[in-house]
Amino acid sequence: MRRQLRTTGENELMRTRVLIAAMIFLFGTGLAGAKETVRIGLISPLTGDVKTFGESSRNAFYIALEEYGKTGKYTISPFVVDDRNDPTEGANGALKLISQDKVVAFVGPLTSKVAIPVSEIAARYKVPMITGAATNPKVTVYEGKRKPYVFRACFTDPFQGYVAAVFALRDLKVRTAAVLYDVGNDYSRGLAEVFKSTFEKGKGSVVAYESYQKDDVDFSALATKIRLKKPELVFIPDYYNKAGLIVRQLREKAVNCALIGTDGWDSPELIKIAGNTIVGGYFTNHYSPERKGKIAERFIARYREKHGSVPDALAALSYDAAMILLETLDKLKEPGSEQLTNALSQLKNFQGVTGVISFDKNGDAVKSAVILRMEKDGPRYVTTVRP
Amino acid sequence: MEVLGYILQQLVNGLQLGAIYALIALGYTMVYGVLRLINFAHGDIFMFGSFVAYYLIAKWQMPLYLVFVITMAATALLGLVVEKVAYKPLRGAPRISLLITAVGVSLFLEYFLSLDSMFTPNYIAFPRPFDVVAYDLSLVAVTNIQLIIFSVTAASLFLLYLLVYRSKHGRAMRAVSHNQETASLMGINVDATISFTFAVGAALAGLGGILYGFAYPQINVFMGIMPGIKSFIAAVLGGIGLVHGAVLGGLVIGVSEVFVSAFLSSSLRDGVIFVILLLVLLFRPNGFFGKRREKV
Repeated sequence: MRRQLRTTGENELMRTRVLIAAMIFLFGTGLAGAKETVRIGLISPLTGDVKTFGESSRNAFYIALEEYGKTGKYTISPFVVDDRNDPTEGANGALKLISQDKVVAFVGPLTSKVAIPVSEIAARYKVPMITGAATNPKVTVYEGKRKPYVFRACFTDPFQGYVAAVFALRDLKVRTAAVLYDVGNDYSRGLAEVFKSTFEKGKGSVVAYESYQKDDVDFSALATKIRLKKPELVFIPDYYNKAGLIVRQLREKAVNCALIGTDGWDSPELIKIAGNTIVGGYFTNHYSPERKGKIAERFIARYREKHGSVPDALAALSYDAAMILLETLDKLKEPGSEQLTNALSQLKNFQGVTGVISFDKNGDAVKSAVILRMEKDGPRYVTTVRP
Repeated sequence: MEVLGYILQQLVNGLQLGAIYALIALGYTMVYGVLRLINFAHGDIFMFGSFVAYYLIAKWQMPLYLVFVITMAATALLGLVVEKVAYKPLRGAPRISLLITAVGVSLFLEYFLSLDSMFTPNYIAFPRPFDVVAYDLSLVAVTNIQLIIFSVTAASLFLLYLLVYRSKHGRAMRAVSHNQETASLMGINVDATISFTFAVGAALAGLGGILYGFAYPQINVFMGIMPGIKSFIAAVLGGIGLVHGAVLGGLVIGVSEVFVSAFLSSSLRDGVIFVILLLVLLFRPNGFFGKRREKV
């Protein structure tokens, strides 16, 4: 028979020591700060017709997480969803993030056509979303009323279309223009409308205002039609895959005038699709990788280091959107959706890669736009236009 | 004068598109002729041809003539496989089963090939192994791409004509189109003839895929849907089952599409095609070259 390990008195002492040790351990854990985990989502077109946008966005998102993780109060658990640049996929993805993954907030979607239905979902389920690049006004406003819980880190299309038209009139000094737009794409159509009204207000004349469908590939008829009208400029507000195809066919049909596009052109794929035909074309954008400034340079260097290429506007904007979310989150005592939304609506003078960002009463960012010109080796900065 | 030039130019544009539709429509019409089946997967065989050509040009830098030969062989092979696997087992079944299966094959091809391990669902820039040269003929400008499309299509149609009307295989195809049982009584191997028809139709679709890639250099796994539907309408328009019907139908649809875009609005171009289909079915259900009375 083993003798008793300890006497009764020693047992009590042992028990007390264990109890004290346990309490120290528990308190210690709290003091050592096991970080609370916060779930953040990303909705992005990782595949589909604008996949370079999605890839840029995802790369930037992870760099933002890494940057935040250095000094941040919370541990971020990321959830990434592919929306394929399709509104239905985007809506499904958003629902998954909200109800299944239970994210506190999410970044994206990138394109207006997906962001508009997803913003309805964010508002309905009261989960804040920040889009880096969706520029159509309908993302944050519906029938004149602000949609709560929706924010955007970029300028809106009424400003972008205005910038394009002003650049055409003032800098390129053209008086006649043709506009080609995708009738089923709010982004494209919205920009076309703004451009037309601004251009005409500036005493310009829109000699051709033609629409096409998303799946159209044959632009020979339109190109020939435009050639007949002899405009000095063609405005093509669409994503890079369509823009490349259109510009190629315009040049093939000897439409050799100036070209202006919009932020949808910003992709390394554009020059692959259009080849040399796109050289000399201008487009409005959110930022230029030639931008100076500590935050921009640090981001560009890190992106270059990690991915071997210069980040495009989609990457820079997604980074800014993610950092806005994370830094606002960091200041909160409680990482909840409501608190985050309230804090976001008061955001002022955030120093981002793409400029200084403040949210106006609609949750839109008030920022400058840049004009870039496509050269053989990529876009080059031309000028900045302030709001 | 400028107006005439404009109309002629749009006509050339329309014929370019129409030639490609004609090539695809031929596949529909020939298969319908021998099997009374509308092969809805045909548009996807066209897509497959474009992708094979893309890989041959971009990844293996093959000389052009080889690209044509290999692509057409590959699509012919795909056509044969589809026939053997999906349609042959249903030879005696009611036609609706065949139709549903065709839709199934179409969806399978599209979504299977859209996997990341296959062609991916992304839009891919189709490489053009030559520069575009425009020839200015005072009234119209024609590009070398258009010339290639016209000449290749014309050559194929001529060869097809020789095949269908001047060869034993062709005679077998026509016989099977008339009546399968009687044809087999005459000693024709019906199975082999049907397979052969599929192969030829698919090869033509593959050829269309290459030319389409040259003209509109952006390919995607779902690119065959619209051209497939339009070519099917073209085949119906000309008289389904009739080779010359498919050619006429293709050209008419191509020219209509371009003219609508040129003189009305580009947004209407697809809608008008369907209106044409409605009118054809209402007034000449057997198509332009088809019999006047008998319902299909």
